[in-house]
Amino acid sequence: MKVIVTVKRVIDYNVKVRVKADGSDVDLNNVKMAMNPFCEIAVEEAIRLKESGVATEVIAVSVGPKACQEQLRTALALGADRAIQVESDEQLESLNVAKLLAKVIEQEQPGVVILGKQAIDTDNNQTGQMLSALTGMAQGTFASKIDIQGDKALVTREVDGGLQTIELAMPIIATTDLRLNEPRYASLPNIMKAKRKPLEVKTAEELGVSIKAHTKLLSVGAPAERKAGIKVADVAELVDKLKNEAKVI
Amino acid sequence: MSILVIAEHDNDSIKSSTLNTVTAALAIADDVTVLVAGSNCQGAAQSAAKISGVSTVLVADNPAYANQLAENMRALIVELAEGKSHLLAPATTSGKNIMPGVAALLDVGQISEIIKVESADVFERPVYAGNAVAKVQSLDAIKVITVRTTAFEEAGDTGSASIEEVTAICDAGKSTFIGEEVVVSERPELTAAKIVISGGRGMGNGENFGLLEAVADKLGAAVGASRAAVDAGFVSNDMQVGQTGKIVAPDLYIAVGISGAIQHLAGMKDSKVIVAINKDEEAPIFSIADYGLVADLFEAVPELESSL
Ligand SMILES: Cc1cc2nc3c(=O)[nH]c(=O)nc-3n(C[C@H](O)[C@H](O)[C@H](O)COP(=O)(O)OP(=O)(O)OC[C@H]3O[C@@H](n4cnc5c(N)ncnc54)[C@H](O)[C@@H]3O)c2cc1C
Repeated sequence: MKVIVTVKRVIDYNVKVRVKADGSDVDLNNVKMAMNPFCEIAVEEAIRLKESGVATEVIAVSVGPKACQEQLRTALALGADRAIQVESDEQLESLNVAKLLAKVIEQEQPGVVILGKQAIDTDNNQTGQMLSALTGMAQGTFASKIDIQGDKALVTREVDGGLQTIELAMPIIATTDLRLNEPRYASLPNIMKAKRKPLEVKTAEELGVSIKAHTKLLSVGAPAERKAGIKVADVAELVDKLKNEAKVI
Repeated sequence: MSILVIAEHDNDSIKSSTLNTVTAALAIADDVTVLVAGSNCQGAAQSAAKISGVSTVLVADNPAYANQLAENMRALIVELAEGKSHLLAPATTSGKNIMPGVAALLDVGQISEIIKVESADVFERPVYAGNAVAKVQSLDAIKVITVRTTAFEEAGDTGSASIEEVTAICDAGKSTFIGEEVVVSERPELTAAKIVISGGRGMGNGENFGLLEAVADKLGAAVGASRAAVDAGFVSNDMQVGQTGKIVAPDLYIAVGISGAIQHLAGMKDSKVIVAINKDEEAPIFSIADYGLVADLFEAVPELESSL
């Protein structure tokens, strides 16, 4: 069984992004980029499926400009067998990404597709669900456990009330939550080896997908600033401030 | 313009996130219909009919919708989307699970977690963990939207909508509900509480969360946590506040033993008043706290409890 795992190149999670002075977008010049943390968890899960004998091949896929090959190489160093970059210049919207991924799925016929539940740049949380709708594959989002049992899979999901377990008919689309696993680091020999693993580049035209804009970004602004607070000396002063100044207790 | 709001409910009653979503819908247009899809959900339908400003409640009462499975829900919503200009759901784990699939089946985009309605097709939403706010215009005929509930007031309960049954049964047969571990608590729901007290890695273990619970019981507060506290197994995942957990905006948020990573701030920085208790005076949480107390939490929290 093949497993497809998707990776997105995003701003490093430690970096606090700044808004451009002209309000057109955020400023990503000279900002450290990395693999989206939820995609790291997805890659780890795919590799574990291979290590446990459930999967025979792990294919990492990224939709993005040439630079995203860096994140695909990371996925290869972590243990993916081969990689596919779907070339796109712009920041594609989720539905376009999902359409491209659906075509790759049609060609590769994986049993399991694992995506991160959200990318930490757009915070959209859409692509996996859209992919399930487009392909008709069963959907298990926000997974904290994925247990493949032959022609079905048990997925435990992190939901607002706690945890929910559903049974899905294979093949499935899963999206990862934080507690699914703890991603490993790539070793130096594996980083070297990854350079020789196959990385194929495809275009939207080759896949027969026409890219369509669904939204227009009008402007990007900074969020409302909080006014500076004060330090209180002790608990007594804190309680006094909350009662008599802020009047919240 | 005609709007369909997907209700979140437990079959007996409507969840408050639905009320926030109706307010967002009414900011777009007057014609608001609410869909209650569930199993034995007439109770929820009755309470939906009382939401102020709602004209019609559609009830799809069938075992296929019992657990809001994504495949069944999205097929049903697509059937009901005809003639609608906007489809709205709260940006809860349920709304997030269902709505993108609806958008894909309709071949339209989704606008996630709006915090402001500027016009019928222009909305604001936070991006980059809330460090930027994007103003986006939808170019689609049907706008599929999830709503950040903390950004909109709850709609009132003076309505008298008509209730219509929906007979469509959409059962894709792709997934089956097996079970759930729901955390039952006497305390108010985290996302709707007026006061929230959260603990981080500094709490040291799960037992020590009892210190926060004692304060919460005196204040009628909900208890939350940072990711580090959840990952370490101190408390359950439903308590995580942050970019990828729950978004809260109570009147008072008390952060205890939490450093203030951007991912945590993203989930609570719109609280009216923020208190931080941390022994490290350099902790970034102090930069957004209205009242900061540099102290050992194991001394400060019991003292706080006894002085309330
Ligand atoms: C993709 C991604 C998503 C994330 N999503 C979230 C999210 O949704 N929510 C979230 O919270 N985090 C999230 N994080 C994690 C985030 O980056 C931080 O790691 C996390 O918030 C840290 O939790 P903390 O503040 O409890 O722990 P720490 O950063 O370890 O801070 C502990 C604090 O406790 C203080 N302390 C220790 N002992 C005491 C004492 N006795 N008295 C007083 N103070 C004490 C210390 O001074 C310190 O400031 C995410 C990270 C990633 C990569």
